[in-house]
Amino acid sequence: MLKYIVKRLLLLIPVLIGVSIVVFIVMHVFTSDPATLVLGQHAKANEISALRQQLGLNDPIYVQYWNFFKHAIHGDLGQSLFTKTSVTKELLTRFPATIELAFAAIILASIFGIGIGILSAVKKNTIFDYAGMVTALIGVSMPIFWLGLVLIVIFSLGLHWLPVAGRISIGMEPTHITGFYFIDSLITGNFEAFQSSLSHIILPAVALGSYSSAIIARMTRSTMLDVVGQDYIRTARAKGLHEKSIIFRHSLRNATIPIVTVIGLQLGSLLGGAVLTETVFSWPGIGNYTVDAILKSDYPVVQGAVLFIATIFVLVNLFVDILYAFLDPRIKYS
Amino acid sequence: MENNPEINNLHLPDEIEVELEQAESRFKSMWYVLKANKAAMVGLVIITLLLFIAFFGKLLMPYNPYVGDLSKSLQAPSAAHLLGMDEQGRDILSRIIDGTKVSLRVGIIAVAFALSIGTFFGSIAAYYSGKVDMIIMRFMDILLAIPSLLLAIAFMTALGRGIDKAIIAIGFVTIPEYARIVRASILSVKESEFVQAAKVIGNRDSVIIFKHILPNVLSPIIVRATLGISSAILDTAALGFLGLGVQPPYAEWGSMLGSGRGYFFNAPYIVLFPGIAITITVLAFNLLGDGLRDALDPKLRK
Repeated sequence: MLKYIVKRLLLLIPVLIGVSIVVFIVMHVFTSDPATLVLGQHAKANEISALRQQLGLNDPIYVQYWNFFKHAIHGDLGQSLFTKTSVTKELLTRFPATIELAFAAIILASIFGIGIGILSAVKKNTIFDYAGMVTALIGVSMPIFWLGLVLIVIFSLGLHWLPVAGRISIGMEPTHITGFYFIDSLITGNFEAFQSSLSHIILPAVALGSYSSAIIARMTRSTMLDVVGQDYIRTARAKGLHEKSIIFRHSLRNATIPIVTVIGLQLGSLLGGAVLTETVFSWPGIGNYTVDAILKSDYPVVQGAVLFIATIFVLVNLFVDILYAFLDPRIKYS
Repeated sequence: MENNPEINNLHLPDEIEVELEQAESRFKSMWYVLKANKAAMVGLVIITLLLFIAFFGKLLMPYNPYVGDLSKSLQAPSAAHLLGMDEQGRDILSRIIDGTKVSLRVGIIAVAFALSIGTFFGSIAAYYSGKVDMIIMRFMDILLAIPSLLLAIAFMTALGRGIDKAIIAIGFVTIPEYARIVRASILSVKESEFVQAAKVIGNRDSVIIFKHILPNVLSPIIVRATLGISSAILDTAALGFLGLGVQPPYAEWGSMLGSGRGYFFNAPYIVLFPGIAITITVLAFNLLGDGLRDALDPKLRK
């Protein structure tokens, strides 16, 4: 098992180098001149060429890439063109916010997705099944940023139940220990902060998790239906077991592997969706930071953020693969 | 995946006809199954309606979608303006109608773009295997390692804004999906007798791939492409929402949501209706795609 994990980790290295090359090329070959971007259209030619020199833009592209790569493996993703702050530092500061949101979304998505999926499978071809699957179909068809806006209109502006935006009410931030508000507020016993974080996270988590919960529901339903058709379920029925025990102990347990896999893969794709959700809810995470940079064409930030997110994405997917191998002994560790 | 290669296509002149007949009957039987699927039919009807709106939108629009009357800005829905007015006093219904062709165009062209390039690389990888396969598929793995929307966004940052660029960005990031599906499908029939026969006769590789192999593995590709249109439409809307896609004053559903965002506190309908339009369109392609998958996958046939 350990050998398998190490091997898979080693295989990630060429993929991540490839990702860095692709992102670098996209950012450098097609973009307009960053020096002009910073100094403006009316800057003098000598100022622009001085800045180009300073940014290393006059070097051949492979030298530029090598410089970027050298720093990147030491954890330095460069500086923002405009604010001159370290991209790595900014990403790490915002990282807990994004992770907290992604986990909240996947937890909600799993609860709803598995629940609806089981109900649909058990009550196959009844009104429950149809309602569940229509909901799931609408779930995969809705733009999440739109759902976010609709949720704000209903629950924040209409009913005044939940806050419109942000991660916590101003001035209520818990003492910084890990950067994760839920953990920090619990460690310090600051329950008001915990409550405030909770009320802020509900709407963005629902919006971000909607797509995943629909996918999980469809997967759960079809896997459960597969399992229910198996001989051992018929045997369980023939033995006269309770329906509840058949559903949860015999069917669901055997349907776990594909469901867990799809949940894991969704966690990865949530990172992409976070870009949109964070924008809608002004959530101070990586996605929001990236979008700001995109709108300003701050290419070192975009490049660093994409590389950072891609790294997390492949690591999450690797983790799912390993978990899969762990759960299903039939998978060969080779 | 269905393929029932017949050995009888050894005779060169008849062979293509036989294949065409097979393909025809396959599509006929597919159509029968599809027709019985109510959900897929609903999807197809909606898509037909949307295509109609896209083509004849000009005749259906009650107002000019680009000309606003600032005195009527943010007016609520009324008999004169069924879906209300946007921040610049333009009729939202007319803008949604106008946006139909943008979303469909980007969705369909982006998928066609990704499909053709993906098919090309996927077929080459599968047919030649070995090093060619490894190089192509490793490159596809690299692209798949970046969340697709994020890569599309990065592309837009680099390429600049606009509809053509959105098509390229959205198309490019989905190439690996098609390459993978095509590769897997081709590998499943590559060793079949009809392919061997075509080789023995002395056909060129390109003829074997495009005339003999691809028509036999179309089903999963069609399904993927149909579902791909729905995700391309969602991505277009996302780019538009972020201000990267179609530029004002042109109407595109996502950018309508993006520009309406600043006003939805007072006028929620400004973001409500474009979102409904996106959802209905994406839903229609999802319904059709799911139906096609059921119709084309013999395992699911009851």
